[in-house]
Order: sequence, then C-alpha cells, then structure tokens
Amino acid sequence: MKIHEYQARRILSENGIPVPAGETVLQPEEASIIFKKFGGQMCVVKAQVYAGGRGKAGFVKLVKTAEEARDAAKFMLTHRMVSPQTGPEGVPVNVLLVAPGVDIAREYYIGITIDRSHNTVTMIASAEGGVEIEEVAARSPEKVLKVPLHPLLGLQGYQARELAYRLGFEGKLAGEAAKLMMNLSKVFYKTDASLAEINPLVVTRDGQLLAIDAKISFDDSAMFRHKELEVLADETQEKPLDVRARKADLNYIALDGTIGCLVNGAGLAMATMDIIKLHGAEPANFLDVGGSVTSEGAVEAFKIILSDPKVKGILVNIFGGIAKCDLIAEALVTAGKEIGFKVPVVVRLEGTNVERAREILANAKAELPTLIAATDLTDAAKKMVAAVA
Amino acid sequence: MSILVNQATRVICQGITGEAGAFHTKNCLEYGTKMVGGITPGKGGKKDANGLPIFDTVSQAVAGTGAHATMIFVPPPFAADAIMEAADAGVAVIVAITEGIPVLDMVKVKAFLKERPNSVLIGPNCPGVITPGECKIGIMPGYIHTPAKEAKSGKKVGIISRSGTLTYEAVWQCSTRGIGQTTCVGIGGDPIKGLNFIEVLDLLNADPDTDAIIMIGEIGGSDETNAGLHIQKHIKKPVVAFIAGRTAPPGRRMGHAGAIISGGDDTAESKIKALRSCGVSIAESPATLGETMAQVLGIRT
Repeated sequence: MKIHEYQARRILSENGIPVPAGETVLQPEEASIIFKKFGGQMCVVKAQVYAGGRGKAGFVKLVKTAEEARDAAKFMLTHRMVSPQTGPEGVPVNVLLVAPGVDIAREYYIGITIDRSHNTVTMIASAEGGVEIEEVAARSPEKVLKVPLHPLLGLQGYQARELAYRLGFEGKLAGEAAKLMMNLSKVFYKTDASLAEINPLVVTRDGQLLAIDAKISFDDSAMFRHKELEVLADETQEKPLDVRARKADLNYIALDGTIGCLVNGAGLAMATMDIIKLHGAEPANFLDVGGSVTSEGAVEAFKIILSDPKVKGILVNIFGGIAKCDLIAEALVTAGKEIGFKVPVVVRLEGTNVERAREILANAKAELPTLIAATDLTDAAKKMVAAVA
Repeated sequence: MSILVNQATRVICQGITGEAGAFHTKNCLEYGTKMVGGITPGKGGKKDANGLPIFDTVSQAVAGTGAHATMIFVPPPFAADAIMEAADAGVAVIVAITEGIPVLDMVKVKAFLKERPNSVLIGPNCPGVITPGECKIGIMPGYIHTPAKEAKSGKKVGIISRSGTLTYEAVWQCSTRGIGQTTCVGIGGDPIKGLNFIEVLDLLNADPDTDAIIMIGEIGGSDETNAGLHIQKHIKKPVVAFIAGRTAPPGRRMGHAGAIISGGDDTAESKIKALRSCGVSIAESPATLGETMAQVLGIRT
C-alpha cells in the first residue's frame, strides 16, 4: 500500500526526523494564502500523487509570488497528471503540498527496503541524492552503499555512524545523520513498511539536516495489524477497476491488449499472458482469482474483465488445487446468465473437481453459445486467438 | 528414492479444524499420506472428521504421534508463530501453505530457523511437496502426478517451482508423456521463504532416481539467475526451465530500491538469457515444458 508524500512526511516528523515546514491545500486560493503565511519568499508547490515523474510532468513548481502559487495550484488541481508511470489517462490531483524553498548545500539518498537475497532488511544510502537511485546505481554502483540489517535487532548505532561517515558527514552533522537513520529504521519496522526512503535528504546552507521528499509504502500482508495506516489509502490514485478487484480479493492488473484472462495462481496467470502473446494476441489484463476464491468473487472477476471495452474474448485457465474447478464453472455460468457473454469465452479446466466442472459447462452449453472448450494450454491459446481474429 | 518426504513420513496438520486444513487433510489421507494428527489450540483431546487425534501444541503432537512433517494452514497473523512452534518441536519438514504472511514476520522466522538446522521450511505461500504415490503434503491435485516407478518412459524428473498452478501444468505435461516424478517441491512465491532453488537442486542432484530437473521461475529477484550459476558449476543432471512473466508490465512491484538490491535486471528475458548461458534448456511456452523435457531425455512422443 502506498501513501502520499505529505502523509509520509508526517510519519517521519512524528518519529523524530526533521522535515521542513509545509501545508496541504485543496483549493488554488489556499495556495496563495499559505505562500504569504510562509513569508512571501520562494515556495514549492507539489502535486500529491502516488505516481512518480512529477517534476518532468510539470507538477512540482517553484513559485515566487502569491499569484504564481495560486496559478500553479489551479493548473495542478484542474489537470490530471500524466507521466511515464501513469499511462496515458494520468492520475487525478486532489491535494497539493506547499512548502517554503530550502537553500540546499548538499543532497543525499537514504532508503530502507527488504533484501530478498539476504533474507533481511537492508539500508541503502548514497551521497548522490535528489536523482533516482536506480540511475545512480546504473551509472556508478560504487556510490550506492548497502548495509544489511540484523534480522532480529535491526539497525545498530555503529552501523548508522559508519554509514554517516562514509557518506561524508562530519562533526555534529554526522551524529544527527546517524540518529536520523536510526529513526527511519524505527519507522520501517513499526509500520511494516516495504520501502521507506528519503530522497533527497539535504544539508542546508546554514547546516541543517532536512528530509525534503519522502516515500513510504507498506506491506499489504501486514495491514491487518495497522488499521491506523489503512485509513491513509487514497483510492482516487488507483484505477477504478483495480479498486473494485481488490475489494473482491482478486489480484487484477489492467493491460492494453484485447484478450481478457481469468486464471488461478499468479505464475499461471503470467504464463497465460505469455502464451497469448506467443500466439499473436495481447492480454487485456492479469487476473489471479487466488486459491480461496468464492463464487461471488469469481462472478465479480468476469464482470470486471467484461467492463473493459477493449476485451474481445476471455480465456479462462484454471488448474485447480485449492481453487475448485466446479466452483469456477458455476461462477462462469452464473456470470454468463447475469451479464450475457457477447464475446467468445475459451475455457480450459484441469485439476480438483474437473469432472463435475465439465458437466456443469456441458449442461449450460445451450445458454452460453459463445463458450468454447479447450483441451490444454496451447489449444486454449490457439482457439482464443482464432476466435477473435 | 525421492527427496524430503516418502511413504514413511508421518504428517501432522497445524490448523486441522479450519476449512482449508480439514479439506486438505482429508485429501492427503485419501492420497495415501500418513496423516497422523493435527493441532488446533483449545481443541486438544478431540478427534477430527477422519478420526485423527487433535493436540493443543505441536510438541504434544510430536510426542503423541512421532510426526516428522507438518502442513500449516494457520491464518497469516499467526502463521509465522506456527512455523517457529513446529521448528522448536523438532519437526524436520515444515510445509507452510498459508498465503499473506507479513514479510517482516518471515525475516524473523528465517533467523529463528538458522538456529534449528534440523528443520527445513518449504514455503510459505506454496502448494507444498509431493513424492507421487508415497506422500502428498499440500494442496496439489494428486491424480495428475505419476509415481517414479510407474513412469511409462522409465524416466523420472524432479520439479522445483515458485508458482503453484504452473507446477501442476509441468507435472501434467510430464505425466501425459509417460515421464514420472520423483519429488515436486513448490518453494512458494514470497520474497522471503524457506528452501530456495539452489537447495532443492542439490537435493535432486543427489537423488539417484531423479534423471532430470524442471525449474519454474518468474520475474522478480535474482534467485533464478543465481540458480543458473549453481547449475553450471554443481548440477550434473539436465535442467529444463520456464520463466513466467515475459509480458508482465514493468513497474508493478515494490518500488525502486527493491529492484536495485536484486541487481537491477530481474525481468523474465534477462533471467532466461542467464539460464540459457548456464546450459539450462528453456521452454519457450508454458505449454512446452513436458515436450522440452521429453526431448532432453530422448523420449519419442
């Protein structure tokens, strides 16, 4: 789960990390009021969106007068932000952050994330902040420092100090930077984060350490013990179909092709997309109904797929383990009766309760004329591609 | 022969009275697995629908049944605790089916297991492990498998996979071509997990009955690439691999820093390239796993 920058800043601030002043605004007029409140000097207006690429898209603006602040705010609040990360439809902007300009002397990167190859949490730091960290890693990997943390004890004081000195901090600032890292690590563990990063962390001309921009995302699997964080989610930042799918416990990602897919298991779902492409068509979505899918969930899955107007056909590929084929077959029939399948639906079933499932589909043949049975995966992909050609 | 589990393995189920635990305990029993009991705290002393004894704790269950292996269906908030309980009770093979365990819980579990080298963890978020015809621990449909000694071609493979349903796909394609399976291990889809490709590759390499190995991976992380290097150096048997996610859209993962750690390039294409350069045969389509394996083994179909 992601949150906005202003929310991440608040969490950091509550945990002893120095964050510059800043206020959220919802109306253009408020932006000019906040600008004056901060002393009428230079301010930055930043759109609060989950997607990256704000700067290049024109949704982070330096403003020098109250009018400029209002105009920038007006533009951002009345346009959707489009960046390489959002897709052509962009994302809505509902909240802005207005913050006074900071006189920056140096910029750093500090981040914490899960390190799957070491089975633990790792702190990442670089003296090259303010740019994307993967750019730094690609250009000069030696400038990205990585410190794996003890799985049970987390970041230790000596590790933080060592990192601070390696980043080039000196004197009092080194101590402050180490303390900031300790606090960031506290935030990471306390919130079950999957990523907590400050980029840039800056030293100002008057020698202050400040977290200018922050990004925190949380482990979805741990949200059951963080009701206080769950309420921070902003559904307007997600595609409506993604939200609908999540509420039905479906793992769904909309794509650009024409073949809808309904599959159980993430690996098989990806492989089904792959084989559609291999036979010359493009998948319209990734959809893993999961093992413990209910019949309501499966019906919702069909509805979600069909609400995408690009979909010209649906490929159902179920290899039943926990998920039972008969349940999917019944859901297919229910969904078909309820919404009517105007597009061909190729069905490939194997695994738990497959015999019953085949019976159910055979009995419903008259009511669902666009149903096409397939014997195996290649057969299914070929029939699907042929049916929409 | 086989790895990890066989006809002598005595199995308990943690979460035996839950819906999934009860359903799959029954299925495993029907398959022929030596299910000997289960655990649900508060229901100790009772019996389940199959007449198996229920215990309050894993150590009681181990003392009462002599279990070597456990199958965990405990819900995510309590699953990490259940894994540690099993390891502490000395259970040798711990199979965690549960999906959705918090990552930081698994970080702790991994550290805990390091101090208990006599226990191995399979999963979590996996279909389980099966030695066909002998012992099925998990949720995989049993009928698709072919016991090694019933293989019509006389050839037997071991299977390692990050994906549950793709494993079934591979098994089914082998079975329909007369290729038997020694042991199939679903290592699970979580970033932090128990056995990984390399450990299972070593086990299968040492198993005299296994003629060749199928490895199924996907995008994300560097486990497949590392496995490739290990295969090149240490694995004497032919390996066939499929990597899912060639069409997966980039950027739908944890965030920037996660990709940095894994070495940056964790796409399906780069993994396929790495594996191929290490001498692994690649199945281009998920539907040609069995066919590719048959070719590698010189079986005419």
